[in-house]
Amino acid sequence: MTMLRFEHVSKRYPDAGEALSDVNFHLDKGEMAFLTGRSGAGKSTLLKLIAMMEQCTRGTVMLDGQNISRISDRRIPYLRRHLGLIFQDYKLLNDRTVFDNVALPLVVCGINHQEISRRVRAALDKVSLLGKERKYPLALSGGEQQRVGIARAIVNKPKLILADEPTGNLDPDLSAEVMHMFEEFKQVGVTVLVATHDIELIHRLGHRELRLDKGHLVAS
Amino acid sequence: MQERFEAYLLNHAHGLFSSLGRLSRAPFTSSMTVLVLAIAISLAACFYIVVANIQQLTGNLQSSNQMSLFLKDHVTDAAGQKLAEQLRQNASVEAIKFITKAQAMAEFKANSGFGDALNALDSNPLPSVIQVLPKNTLENNDEIDKLMAEFKQLPQVDFVQVDMQWVERVQTIMLIASRGVMLVGLLLGFAVTFITGNTIRLELQNRQDEVFISKLVGATHSFIQRPFLYTGFWLGFIGGFLAWLIVTIVLLLLENPVEKLSTLYNGSFELLFLSFSEFIMLLMISSSLAVLGSWAVLHYQLRQLKPQ
Repeated sequence: MTMLRFEHVSKRYPDAGEALSDVNFHLDKGEMAFLTGRSGAGKSTLLKLIAMMEQCTRGTVMLDGQNISRISDRRIPYLRRHLGLIFQDYKLLNDRTVFDNVALPLVVCGINHQEISRRVRAALDKVSLLGKERKYPLALSGGEQQRVGIARAIVNKPKLILADEPTGNLDPDLSAEVMHMFEEFKQVGVTVLVATHDIELIHRLGHRELRLDKGHLVAS
Repeated sequence: MQERFEAYLLNHAHGLFSSLGRLSRAPFTSSMTVLVLAIAISLAACFYIVVANIQQLTGNLQSSNQMSLFLKDHVTDAAGQKLAEQLRQNASVEAIKFITKAQAMAEFKANSGFGDALNALDSNPLPSVIQVLPKNTLENNDEIDKLMAEFKQLPQVDFVQVDMQWVERVQTIMLIASRGVMLVGLLLGFAVTFITGNTIRLELQNRQDEVFISKLVGATHSFIQRPFLYTGFWLGFIGGFLAWLIVTIVLLLLENPVEKLSTLYNGSFELLFLSFSEFIMLLMISSSLAVLGSWAVLHYQLRQLKPQ
């Protein structure tokens, strides 16, 4: 079963030229892959197309059987609820507690209070942060903040997790820990796509690699 | 389904109170906006209440078609009395009152406050007057004019004045005044809408990260704009309440001098304050204008804000 499929996808920015050229690949359900390439190779653009932050200029992007390359603004929120997004800079709300940060995707869906409480705890337990619900993000270390970001990404039981340089600000030990978490998600059937520079880590883990070079997919 | 609905209500309640909390955490910025709103709203409300007060004065003049027949100087009281009796027979006349020169003088002395000065006059310069109240059936102006022309022909009569005419003039002036209040109110309403809209626009910019992150985790526009709409609501609501306070204080300050003026005119004029229903109306108008301004800005800006 295919979770994600790119067919002849190109993305051209009006003032920056072509960021992606004729990209073709697909990811199966429960598959984990790394997206690699130098800065400016088009990794972020590719992730933005999947997260519906941008639309491709040509081609089609299929997410779990739905064409998301041409989609109305109105439907985007509902489709995003099936994605778990993880960012290099964590993108946490610093004026809200860890609990409230992790709860946000559930609150947005209109889930009731007890259920939110239960699922937030479960997600925090998975990233070993149970007991820090009442803390504010800035009171946590970088590694802990990234784990809050991961808890937020998985709390809604997404079908696909997208991580953009999730270990960029972490030391090797923490990076390994985060990658190990992603492997656990893969074990339970979640599709994981991780954009990263960390070649050494990729070779050690030995998952599939999608390598981009100047907008072209050169290895998959 | 019911749980969803409860969660939805809870989310609204949360928006209502968290937006109030957010306003109170930035007391300086929010009080500036609220005060500007309050002043704009209170200006409109002040104009309104001033016109309402004047209308109260002119209101009881409405049905009076009374005419005053001023008699020539040489007509004696007896002759005047006789003429009055004669006019009472007229089919179009409802009531007649004859006021002699001396009565007119006494009334004028009592009411005008010129008592002593008038004593200095050698003779009484006031004419005798016959006050005629035409029958109520004479609604239209032509009939009144006809009756007036008829009275003018009388040899004893110097001139006829229909009170109606100045009542009409006053009423026309009031019409202009109340239309003016409406227009000024409309302009100030726009001001309230734009002020709130601009405040919400700034608030939106300050909380851009929150908007982006909410969008990325799948929040709809209506979810994202909810707390901002509540912020707008509170600005309008508190602004409206303060405006009521300002108007009431202004009226309290005016109450004494107005009462003094009223006694000087022998009147029993009571200053009109904003009634309870007008107070509720004020709150409703100010909060809905503020919500409208916020909504317009959010509707436009949330589309522009795309997460990077």
